[in-house]
Amino acid sequence: MNAADELSALPAVLTAVFLVGGAAITLIGSLGLLTLRSFYERVHAPTLGTTLGTACIAIASMIYFSALGTRPVLHELLIIVLIITTTPIGLMILVNAALVRDKSESDGAPQRKAKDEHP
Amino acid sequence: MTRLVPFPLVSLSLLGFWLLLNETLSPGHILLGSVVALIGGWGLAALQPPKARPRRLGAIFRLAFLVVVDIVRSNAAVARIIFGPERRERTVGFVEIPLELRNPYGLAALACIITSTPGTLWVDFNEASGILTIHVLDLVDKAEWVDIIKGRYERRLLEIFT
Repeated sequence: MNAADELSALPAVLTAVFLVGGAAITLIGSLGLLTLRSFYERVHAPTLGTTLGTACIAIASMIYFSALGTRPVLHELLIIVLIITTTPIGLMILVNAALVRDKSESDGAPQRKAKDEHP
Repeated sequence: MTRLVPFPLVSLSLLGFWLLLNETLSPGHILLGSVVALIGGWGLAALQPPKARPRRLGAIFRLAFLVVVDIVRSNAAVARIIFGPERRERTVGFVEIPLELRNPYGLAALACIITSTPGTLWVDFNEASGILTIHVLDLVDKAEWVDIIKGRYERRLLEIFT
């Protein structure tokens, strides 16, 4: 049995648009993580997935489940809020770790700095 | 009252969280959620957080709307950078911004805003000098970024947290 069969056209289309959109944005962010050149650039890319990507997927989920009438719609808002309030912590730790490493490297062994430059 | 429920708003939100996560309004869960909310409030009291008095609900909603618009816009901008031609000259760099904002909750909110708009990252805040360092993916003009952070976000956050 497929519950999606009971969904009418408009919520189905909206769900699909948000779901594919959110997944695409997250994919773009992941591609950025792969292709951008330096660490400081790469660390920016996944934030696409944690902001708009997550929001779109959560909105798709809200539309889908409230259209089916199986559960309250507000559930996913928690996911968005929790992710937005916790991402800065992880990113700050990453960037500061990189800064500390950069500083110690430029003091001690500057030849290793080139290692991070190529993709 | 203040000893039993030191942070009524926080405890109430925790209860709301609990009921939302369990998708129920049954008396059992309300009781269990209340216990969780009370313990959460005591835990927060043990941390002794500074007092927060967020004011101007209207300003909070205006800021939230602004941030949502900025998140969508900067998502598009970063996507363009990722797919953009490699040969285009793009500078990456740190920007130092002197802030007037000192309220810890205001600063936390600013950290969330800066990090959740792709393309900018909160790096460091020096409490003594009040200088915030951010990292910008597409740095054209440093002064422009100072204006954006100060004019667009800090001014509104100063209104809300005073």
